[in-house]
Amino acid sequence: MNRSLVTIADHTREKIEYLVDMASEFEKHPNRRLLEGRVVATLFFEPSTRTRLSFETAANRLGARVIGFADPKVTSGTKGETLKDTIMMVSNYADIIVMRHYLEGAARYASEVAPVPIVNAGDGANQHPSQTMLDIYSIYKTQGTLDNLNIYMVGDLKYGRTVHSLLMAMRHFNPTFHFIAPDELAMPEYYKLYCKEHGIRYVEHKDFDANTIADADILYMTRVQRERFSDLVEYERVKDSYLLKRNMLSRAKDNLKILHPLPRVNEIEYSIDETPYAYYFQQAGNGLFARQALICDALGITLEEVKNDNTIIY
Amino acid sequence: MKRQELQVAALQNGTVIDHIPSSKLFEVINLLNLEKIRTSVTVGFNLKSKKMGHKSIIKIADKFFTDEELNQLAVITPNVSLCIIRDYEVVEKKTVELADNLVGIIKCNNPKCITNNEPMLTRFHVLDHATGTVCCHYCNTQQHLDEVKLCQ
Repeated sequence: MNRSLVTIADHTREKIEYLVDMASEFEKHPNRRLLEGRVVATLFFEPSTRTRLSFETAANRLGARVIGFADPKVTSGTKGETLKDTIMMVSNYADIIVMRHYLEGAARYASEVAPVPIVNAGDGANQHPSQTMLDIYSIYKTQGTLDNLNIYMVGDLKYGRTVHSLLMAMRHFNPTFHFIAPDELAMPEYYKLYCKEHGIRYVEHKDFDANTIADADILYMTRVQRERFSDLVEYERVKDSYLLKRNMLSRAKDNLKILHPLPRVNEIEYSIDETPYAYYFQQAGNGLFARQALICDALGITLEEVKNDNTIIY
Repeated sequence: MKRQELQVAALQNGTVIDHIPSSKLFEVINLLNLEKIRTSVTVGFNLKSKKMGHKSIIKIADKFFTDEELNQLAVITPNVSLCIIRDYEVVEKKTVELADNLVGIIKCNNPKCITNNEPMLTRFHVLDHATGTVCCHYCNTQQHLDEVKLCQ
C-alpha cells in the first residue's frame, strides 16, 4: 500500500481527526526516539526555508536522521536528470522522502514511481497538505472543535492554494465560509461550485470592516500581491482595502483567532500581534506537530503506537 | 449509363473509418499509429460527402483494432463511423466512446505540469463526457478536449 501524502483534500473526516489526534500527542511530547534508525530525505527542488526547517525539526525531534538538499542548484537536475531518476536514487538511501517541487503534479508522480512514501511539501501552485494540516490543527486547538465554525478568508482567494486546500479539507465539518477579496482575486467559480455540491454555506463580502467580521471564529488572512494584478491601477485602488487594522477587532468574538500562512508583509497591523486574537506565530509552531504526525503516518506508524510510545524523552 | 464508382476501392477484410473531418485526418493516422502498419492502407482525403461537404476516409486491410484503441479517436473525432468488414460485407458497425481515463493520448495545457517536463505518460480523468471536460491526474488542471493537443 502506498502511504504517500500528496493531498489532504481527499481525506475523510475520520482520517483528518485521526491526524489531529496524533498531532496533539506529539505536542504533549515532541521529543522521542520513535524514528531512531530511520532516514528522512528532504528534497527541496524549490527553496522554502520555513517549510524545510519545520519538516527537518519534526524528523530530528523524533530521532530520525535527515539527508537532502535545500537548493536545487546543487543537484543533478541541473545536469538534466529526470525527477524519476533523482527519486529512485534517493529511495535507495532514505525510508521516506519529503519533497518540495516547483512543478504541479510532481508529488503525485513521485509517489507513483518511488518505492518509499513521499510527503508532498508543496508542488507549484497545486497542493501543500502539511500547511493545510497545521491550519486544521490550529483551528481545532483554538476552538476546541472543527465543527460549525464561521471561517472568514481574506485577501488573495484566487491564487492562494492554502485557502483552496483548507476549504476542501473543512467540507466534513459544516463550516460557513465568508470570502472577502478584490474582484480580481475573488474565489474562483470552481470552488464556489465545490461548496454548493458539498452543501457548504458561503457568503461573499465587498467590505472588510468591524461589522463584517464580527461573527468570525477564524479570520484567515492572506497576502494581496502586486504581481497578481493585470491592472496595476486596480491594485493601487484596492491594496489597502484588505489590511487588517486593530480597530477592526472592536466587535470581535472572544474566541476569534487570526491565522496567516506567513510570510506577512503589511496585511495584519503589527500592533495586533499583542492582542489575544493573533495566532499566526503559534500556528507556524503547530506545523512541527502536524508534520511529525504526517511523517509518522506515511511511515505506517499508528496513533496507537504513538500513544503507547516508550521512547519519549522527558 | 450513369457511371457510379466508389471513390475508394472496396475492402475484403479490415476496418473502415469513415466521416473523418478532413482537418483531423492526419491526427487520426498518428493516433492509430498507421505508419507502422504492414498491410495496405487506403486513405481518401477531401472526398465529397453529402453529410459533411468534405470528409476523409481510411480503409485498413486485415486489421482489427481493439475497442480501447478505437475509443482513443473519441478525443479528436467523436462522430466517426467505424465498419468492420469481412469478405466484402459490413459485419459490425461501431461508434467511438470517450473512456473514463485517457492515458498518453493528450497533452496537459498547463506548462508547469510535471507531465510537460518529464518523460512520462499523461493521464486525465474525464469529468463530463458530454462537454468533454477533463482533469489532469497530476496537476488537477481542468481543461476541454477542444483546446488540448495530442501527444506525438
